[in-house]
Amino acid sequence: MATLTQIERALDALGDPTRREVFKRLRKGNRSVREVADGMNVSRPAVSQHLSVLKAAGLIAVRSEGTRRLYEVDPHGIEVLRSWLDGFWNETLLAFKQEAEKEAMKGRNLR
Amino acid sequence: MNAPNDPNSVKKMVYVQAPQEIAWRVFTEKMGAWWPLAFYKIGKAPAVDAVIEPHPGGRWYERGNDGSTCDWGTVLAWEPYSRLLLSWDVSADWQYDPLLKTEIEVRFIADGEDATRVELEHRKLDRYGARRDEMRRIYETEGDWGRLLAAFAQLAATVKQ
Repeated sequence: MATLTQIERALDALGDPTRREVFKRLRKGNRSVREVADGMNVSRPAVSQHLSVLKAAGLIAVRSEGTRRLYEVDPHGIEVLRSWLDGFWNETLLAFKQEAEKEAMKGRNLR
Repeated sequence: MNAPNDPNSVKKMVYVQAPQEIAWRVFTEKMGAWWPLAFYKIGKAPAVDAVIEPHPGGRWYERGNDGSTCDWGTVLAWEPYSRLLLSWDVSADWQYDPLLKTEIEVRFIADGEDATRVELEHRKLDRYGARRDEMRRIYETEGDWGRLLAAFAQLAATVKQ
């Protein structure tokens, strides 16, 4: 079960557009730092920094293949998704509650 | 059925100060009035309504301001005013995927004449995982978590306020 801190970290991590771009690139498959940095207007050390933030947020994982370190989207991302859905339904059901209560109020005034 | 901490399901409960029938009607007939359509929609056009067709097998979709519609899922069970079962076929990429079929069950439980407890369960979330590889292939060229991420960012902004 993800803790609130983990969720906030995931949200914070994805709040940065460059980091979203890095994350998006990893969705296409495993990549080394160099491969991620290729074609981006960001230095390799900066990409490394973004990768470590994403990793700390539990969004990506790293594994070694020979001398290469490859980054990949964390397969347990479902937990992040679940956390997101949790917030999504909180927000949506609150909006529903307000509308239903408004409607009920109209009905009561007619009585 | 499901253990309380089933990792593949999200359970919610909301207490509504409205009779059961009204709660049901607002949920099913007036979804466009409360669903956060500005954030949670999949079509290109700005969404103006969310519609649930009132029968089993009915469509659940959004309507854009240009008249276009985008499916979200289907009605699996329609039991006024107590139980609604929907399939939610919107992927983690915020795209329609008819094979996804996660399920949303909504129960409306009367608490006296003027109040209703509404229980919602979004389940079979593991199907996101089962479809992940395929989804990855489909979106390989246009790999875009953009919408989900934008929603994440929206949420992040809300959380921080």
